[in-house]
Amino acid sequence: MLRTALRNVFAHTARLLMTVLAVMLGVAFVSGTLVFGDSVGQALRGASAENLRDVAVSVQAEPRPVSDEAADEGRTTALTGKLVDEIRSVPGVRAVHPGVKGTATLAAEDGRPLNADNSWQNLATNYTPDSPHGERDSRFPLVSGRGPSAAGEMALDRRTAEEAGYHIGDTVRFATDGPALTKKLVGTVETDDPRVTAGGTLALFDTATAQRLFLAPDRFDEVTVASAPGTDEERLTHRVRALLPDDGITVTSGTRLADEQAEQIVKSTAWLTRLLLVFAGIALFVGVFLIANTFTMLIAQRSRETALLRAVGAARRQVVRAVLAEAGILGLIASAAGFALGLGIAAVLRPLLDVGGAGLPDGPLVISPSTVAWSLAVGVGVTVLAAWLPSRKAAKIAPVEALGSVDQAPPRRGMVLRNSVGGLLAVPGVLIMLYVSTLDDGAETNLMIAMCGAVLTMTGLIVLAPLLSRPLITLAGALTTRLFGVSGKLARENALRNPRRTAATASALMIGLTLITGMTVAGNSVRTALEREAVSGLTADYQVSNAGYDGIEPALGRKVAEVPGVADATPVATAPLTARGADTTVTGADPRQLGHVTALHFSAGSLDALGPGKIALSDELARRTGLSTGDTFRGTLGFDDDRRELTVVGVYRQTHAVEDAVATTADVLPHAEGGKFDSLLVKAAPGTDPSTLERDIRTALGNSPLLRVQNKEQLTKAESGEIDTMLNMMYGLLGMAVVIAVLGVVNTLAMSVFERTREVGLLRAIGLDDKGVRRMVRLESVVISLFGAVLGIGTGTFLAWACGSLAGASLSTYETVLPWGRLGLFLLLGLAIGVLAAIWPARRAARLNVLRAVNSQ
Amino acid sequence: MPMQAAVSAPGRSPAGPAARAEGLSKIYGAGETRVVALDSVSVEFARGRFTAIMGPSGSGKSTLMHCMAGLDTVSAGSARIGERELSGLTDRQLTRLRRDSVGFVFQSFHLLPTLTALENITLPLALAGRRPDERWLETVVATVGLSARLRHRPAQLSGGQQQRVAVARALVSRPEIVFADEPTGNLDSRSGSEILGFLRESVRELGHTVVMVTHDPVAAARADRVVFLADGRITDELHAPAPEDVLERMRRFDAGARTG
Repeated sequence: MLRTALRNVFAHTARLLMTVLAVMLGVAFVSGTLVFGDSVGQALRGASAENLRDVAVSVQAEPRPVSDEAADEGRTTALTGKLVDEIRSVPGVRAVHPGVKGTATLAAEDGRPLNADNSWQNLATNYTPDSPHGERDSRFPLVSGRGPSAAGEMALDRRTAEEAGYHIGDTVRFATDGPALTKKLVGTVETDDPRVTAGGTLALFDTATAQRLFLAPDRFDEVTVASAPGTDEERLTHRVRALLPDDGITVTSGTRLADEQAEQIVKSTAWLTRLLLVFAGIALFVGVFLIANTFTMLIAQRSRETALLRAVGAARRQVVRAVLAEAGILGLIASAAGFALGLGIAAVLRPLLDVGGAGLPDGPLVISPSTVAWSLAVGVGVTVLAAWLPSRKAAKIAPVEALGSVDQAPPRRGMVLRNSVGGLLAVPGVLIMLYVSTLDDGAETNLMIAMCGAVLTMTGLIVLAPLLSRPLITLAGALTTRLFGVSGKLARENALRNPRRTAATASALMIGLTLITGMTVAGNSVRTALEREAVSGLTADYQVSNAGYDGIEPALGRKVAEVPGVADATPVATAPLTARGADTTVTGADPRQLGHVTALHFSAGSLDALGPGKIALSDELARRTGLSTGDTFRGTLGFDDDRRELTVVGVYRQTHAVEDAVATTADVLPHAEGGKFDSLLVKAAPGTDPSTLERDIRTALGNSPLLRVQNKEQLTKAESGEIDTMLNMMYGLLGMAVVIAVLGVVNTLAMSVFERTREVGLLRAIGLDDKGVRRMVRLESVVISLFGAVLGIGTGTFLAWACGSLAGASLSTYETVLPWGRLGLFLLLGLAIGVLAAIWPARRAARLNVLRAVNSQ
Repeated sequence: MPMQAAVSAPGRSPAGPAARAEGLSKIYGAGETRVVALDSVSVEFARGRFTAIMGPSGSGKSTLMHCMAGLDTVSAGSARIGERELSGLTDRQLTRLRRDSVGFVFQSFHLLPTLTALENITLPLALAGRRPDERWLETVVATVGLSARLRHRPAQLSGGQQQRVAVARALVSRPEIVFADEPTGNLDSRSGSEILGFLRESVRELGHTVVMVTHDPVAAARADRVVFLADGRITDELHAPAPEDVLERMRRFDAGARTG
């Protein structure tokens, strides 16, 4: 029987083409992802090993505040210059690099801040020559100029300098926490620190300057020790550890450190691989429909042949096995091709992601045996699994059918069972989703319930698709008949002819479109909510904040207030607040000023009533704590356990600008982090030119690249910008599933045309021209595709609407907002897929030789 | 002939034959594999007559019909339907000609399984975007005796009934000529006889022109005229034949083929 299977595969090469393509794409996605994951992991490990190549021992000191009273006065460590000298004199030590770590965000030559939103990536450290009398720091190979050696000098990594447009001798503007500083650029260096290569920046100062900026004089954050040749690393580590106090200092060997970093890296890239694999799984799942359809059709076409085999003595089991073997061979060929294609994908993926700023290191493709095995196993497994149900049908063919007539229409098997199963899945699914729509938060259990409901609903609809196909396609067919006459009518009849096949084809498309629509609707709703929330309650024109989360010095508020054109600059502070067991934050501001830059709607009391020891609560917090105007409670302000009496003087409607509670600056500021303000809310005087004002405010802020001046539009964008990026990524990933679905439509049509050769011949003979035949096939394709699209868009919208409630608590302004434009676009996409998928089958049908077609069996 | 009086007969240009071949040749392949299917055949099919084309397998009878009907191209010579020359027409023009001027009845019925009997019958009109002439449609349906089964799908009809649908479909657009390719080949003798009766009737009473390819002498004997074909050439013809005459001629062919 294996020979029969092999012969069958090769006899139907053309007809199996789409199936092979589908499996191939799915496997390519899987293998591409796995190879990509391995390659990136390897490259990152290589980069980190390279980075730590010279590190035999690493000494890390824990930073702590200079004094216990004030957290903001700076920090220090237990690692002094004296200890560093002692480490240097340990036998076996070749060189030590005592390091100071901090961050510095740069302004480019034209003033724009570099990577200010990810300021943690903007590394700053000290440039320390390898030996006390040397000039070069081997950790940072010089590209041009020299290392910084005086207070007014600094160096940058080459990429940052290029991006910022700085040249040796230029004055670089940067900020470490608040005010901007300037230093002269004296050199550029090379670095392969992953944080920098992934889009961050590197600034180098001489040790004394770095200590002054980030730590305390004569203190260090870390020491890296390079060993003399032939020194045992573990022994050296031990000796260094013996020198140092235990408290606040950890000593690690270079090898251990490299291992730890590698582990970290693997963890950090694993999510990406897993995400990609989920989408590869979706693509393969869609492929299952295509494969099952193909085998069903092949088996139907071959029923006489199969009956003959049965008549001459093949057992049912042998027939099944032959079909499965055929699927296996097909799967193997397709998987092998897919694997090769996957290597291409993996090679392209890295530079593609790099364009998006992922900063992945370069490296060779890593093909592990397990990747090969998985790819082949997945491809063969999926194909054989998808062919399993059709193979059962082949086994049911009775030997006597070998003698039957050719033209027997396939008996309409009852779909009662199928519809019952579909109903049993879909109805509970929909009910669960309706229940989900009444929930009010996204707790873990609720998410699980929603997930189950969504899967049940989708599976149920897929099973019910043949039932749904009749009314929906009749509806679409009425339109095509009206518009295109008899071609439209024939198209409708052909689409309705085999509901299972039509449904399977449409389902493949439906899956992709359900997910795409669901994400689009949810994404759009979230974005709308975020945009609404970002500026809710805010009447100020600008918000000034610190991108480095270091807060804003009180003095800056006064400076901005003096800028001409500024009507009001209200500094706002926040501090933790515990009220009757509820942990929240309290906003501190001057009550009179706050009224100018925010719009608070009080249901009881007013802003004017605020004063020392007085507090106003949002309706939300009032509800949670049961407090109302006039109540006095003992609350905790700030990080210390300083409990004090607070009297509620008002309740207002919660907004994004002033969230849970508001009190006076005098009460809140001392408890705010670092004793600094969070932001400045700036109101422009009427008739002020916005661009001039913005520039003047920046100037007042000392042009610090860390301080952001954002107008309402920018605030809105900052909140919602990521949504679009995420949606586009999802579209790209789900695109593969849609492509496979398109192949499915092509496949179904091509095979239908093949099956109906005689009919096409007849139509041509009695007067349908080639254009009419093409139109008929195209309309059938469009009707099927639109069916899938409508089902997918409908399901996706429903699921997104139902799950909207889960956003509830964390996004109070969330409501489902249908992006009609996008949804219309998806419908058009369905139409376009229909037209596109029909090109080849329609051409084939139209080119059939009339005579041969009429006389074909 | 009350029916002919009641409904206008199809002939649009009363003068001349309904179809004509002159020096018609059809050659397949080239060199070693060259096969001459038709060798300079000249024949006329008179209007309002029922002509049978007979001949042994491979005699070229089906090829002749296909060429005359515009289903196949001609290697040399001319084929006309009415006054229209078929060679040189584009595929679209041929399609249109078949749709408007030719009716077909095939051996294995060839109905669209998705359409009802009535829809199958009116399909050529639907393809042309024309509305059926209700009276003519009723006449045709009544002639083939299908009035009670118009809403049925082909799968619910017997072979004989299916072929009656096919005959009605061939007649519904009032073609200049109807070609029937072994119309009784897949039927039992009673159904076959019925179909031949309808074809006969459509010629006698509705004034159609029918050309039928067959290898059944009994079927051929129902025609007004039988044309005999052998090795791509017309060898003989009979007018108003009896079945025995046809059988006799066929025997002579076989004998000739064996000795020659």
